[in-house]
Parts: sequence; structure tokens; C-alpha cells
Amino acid sequence: MRYHWNWAVLVTEPYVYWMLSGLAWTVLVSLAGWSIAFSLGSIVGIARTVKQPIVRALAGAYVEIFRNVPLLVQLFLWYFVLPELLPKAAGTWLKRELPYAEFWTAVVGLGTYTACRVAEQVRAGIHAIAGGQVNAGLATGLTTWQVYRHILLPVAYRIIVPALTSEFLNIFKNSSLALTIGLLEVTSRSRQISEYTYQPIEMFTEATAIYCVITLIVTAGMRVVERRSRLPGMITIEAR
Amino acid sequence: MADLDLAYLVSALPLLWDGMEVTLLLTLFGVVGGLALGAVLAVLRLSRAKPLALLAAGYVTFFRSIPILLGIFWFYFLVPLWLGRPVGGFYAALIGFVLFEAAYFCEIIRAGIQSVRRDQILAGLASGLTYRQTMRMVVLPQALRNMLPVLLTQSINLFKGTSLVYVVGVRDFLTAADIIGTRDNQIIEMYCFVAVVYFLLCCAASLLAGRLQRRYAI
Repeated sequence: MRYHWNWAVLVTEPYVYWMLSGLAWTVLVSLAGWSIAFSLGSIVGIARTVKQPIVRALAGAYVEIFRNVPLLVQLFLWYFVLPELLPKAAGTWLKRELPYAEFWTAVVGLGTYTACRVAEQVRAGIHAIAGGQVNAGLATGLTTWQVYRHILLPVAYRIIVPALTSEFLNIFKNSSLALTIGLLEVTSRSRQISEYTYQPIEMFTEATAIYCVITLIVTAGMRVVERRSRLPGMITIEAR
Repeated sequence: MADLDLAYLVSALPLLWDGMEVTLLLTLFGVVGGLALGAVLAVLRLSRAKPLALLAAGYVTFFRSIPILLGIFWFYFLVPLWLGRPVGGFYAALIGFVLFEAAYFCEIIRAGIQSVRRDQILAGLASGLTYRQTMRMVVLPQALRNMLPVLLTQSINLFKGTSLVYVVGVRDFLTAADIIGTRDNQIIEMYCFVAVVYFLLCCAASLLAGRLQRRYAI
């Protein structure tokens, strides 16, 4: 089959603006989703290490539920199913009136899913710290909260920096799934433009390059952070 | 939302099962192909020939930095262009899964091999085994047992990940449920059912993986 090359399509109006707006959505969804993933994931991860069995069980249930259902199915549940299960007024508001509903759905869906992965990393980080440190902290009169605040968490987060980097890259790549609920992010835009122009190779190459470059930038930036935050003599938890 | 109609669900089961077969096939072929290619890549990455090691490392970095969804679009478009005829989404998605999973499996296998302590190799060589024999009889059996849990987790991830073929219209479990749900105006029930089935299957698989791990852990 013959293919008609036309790399100029990448800088042709309006396609260049479409792609730029796609890039903006991808970055926005990733960052907003990550803020949920990081904060909620930290809470759930810490909850999995506390003494109260009920709290631990609840946090464990959260992780199991979100880990064992495909992300795409979760997005559909948030987007199509949730409005039907809510009281009528709230459901209608979600479906009809919420501006940028795809965006908020993607943020919540990606955020809550990635939170369960962040939680596992936070838990692993806390467990990596020798139990003697907790006992020492308690023996010196610190409360449990103070032990977490001053001993466990500062060390745990520094141990898991590399793992968190790759979780962020995961949420960044997974943001492409938002195209299924109609968010016009990079992958979606590249497919849309290739359908308009019949130049899929050029468009997919551009999208691939965008993802690669952002990954490289994030990796390089985080390498500096990793070097500065590394604890001498401590292991670090790498991503899986 | 209508009440969950059990009789209706039962009537939809044959079509859903057809979809589940596609999902399982994609998972199986993806794991087998990904493992084979991933093992080759891991050997290259650990080889002493620098260019080969770099090439394999580049492959892994590249495929790990782009979304698999984009990969599926690539092959959905490229494969017909190569072959000169349309082949449908199944093979395009399968090629995508194999190439992407290979990058992940490569890293798992490499970490597994490197998890075997160096003294083990030295001891093997010192006791008169050749390098090949040391690898085959000392290093690999331990490495396999070390990497088993992560390999299983990754396979479960692929099982969930095959749902992405939805975007190219392959009738896997999720897409089948989507089609049936849209046809019969039962989309809410169908999505919930899909979520529950995936949840139960993945939980069961994780439990099994945990058992295997305890049994084979060194």
C-alpha cells in the first residue's frame, strides 16, 4: 500500500492548536489526578499501618477494590453509572450541568485508581523502617501521631521517591484512557486529526514524541530530587 | 435504573462468555509472547556486548514511556498498511500487548536474575560447572522462584489491561457487555456486572499468586 507523507500537517492550522490543547488537557488531568492520588493514597497507605483493625480493614478494602477492577471499567462506572445511582437532582447535575464533566470524571477516576497504588507504596515505605525506631519514639514520650509525623513519614517518603515517580508517569500515561469518555487529550487528538487528514503516521509519531519527551523531562527532574532526598545507608523502593 | 433482572443476565451470559474467551485469549497470547520477547530482551540487557545491552535498554525505556492505548492505535493502523489488507483489531491489539508487555517482563526477568547473589555464581564456577551450567542449574532456578510473584501480578495486570481493546472495537468481555447493554438498554447493569466479574477473577488470581509465592519462596 502506498502512503502519502506530509509532515507539514503537524504545523498546519488548526491542527497544531488542536494538538496543543490536547497536550494541555493531558498535563492538566495528570496533575489534578496526581494531587488526588497522592493525598488520598497517603491517607489510605498510612491507614493500612495503624493499630486499629477496623481502619486497616477499610483501607485494605479500598486498595483491593480499586486494584482489581480495570481502570477503563472504573472510568465507565464514574461516568455512566454514578449519575444513575445518585439522587435524581445530583445525577442530572452531573450529567447535564457540570462543566467539563469528562475532565472531572477523568481526574476522579485516575486519581482514585492511582491512589490505591500510591497507598501500597506508602505502606511499603513505612514497613521498610525498622520497628525499633517506633519503639524508641514511643519510649521517649512521643504520641503515635508524633511518631508518624516526625519519624516514620519523613523517612518513608524519602524511601519511596523513585516508586512515586513511576506512579506519576503511570497516571500520565493512563490519562490517555480518558479519550473513551470523550476527553480530547493527546492520544484522542492525534487520532482525530489523523482521521481528518489521513496522516496517521505523522500524528501518532507526534503523540509518541510528546509522551516520550514529557517522560524524559519528568524522569530527569525526579533523578535530581531522588539524589537529594536519598537517605544515606537506607534502601530505596523502586517502582514495579 | 431498573432492578437487576437475573433472568435477563442469564440470557446475556452466552454472549458475555464469547467476550470473556477473547479476553482470556488476548491475555494468554500476550503473556506467552511478552515473556518470550521479554526473556530475549533481558538476556540482551545483561549481556556483555554493550551495543546489544543499550539497544535492549532503549527498547524498554521507549515502550515504557508511551501509553499502550497509543500503541494499539499505531498497530491498528500500521498492520493493515504492512499487509495490504485489513486484519481487524484483534491482531493489532495483540501485537501491541506483546511488544509493550515484553518491556515490562524484561525488567522483571532482569531483576529476578540480578536478585541471585553473586557468590552463587562464583560458587558454581568454583565447583567446576561451566558458565552455562551455572546459569541453568544454579542461577535460573532461583531467579525464577524470585520473579514468580511479580510475573503473576503483571499477568493479572495484562488481564485487566486487555479491556483497552474496547477502543478498536474488539469484542472482549467489556466490549461485549457494552454492546449488549446498549442494545437492551441495560448499560448500567452491564457495567456493574463487568466490574464485579473482573473484581472476583482478579481477587481469586491474586490469592492464588500469593499461595504460589509462599510455596516457592526461597
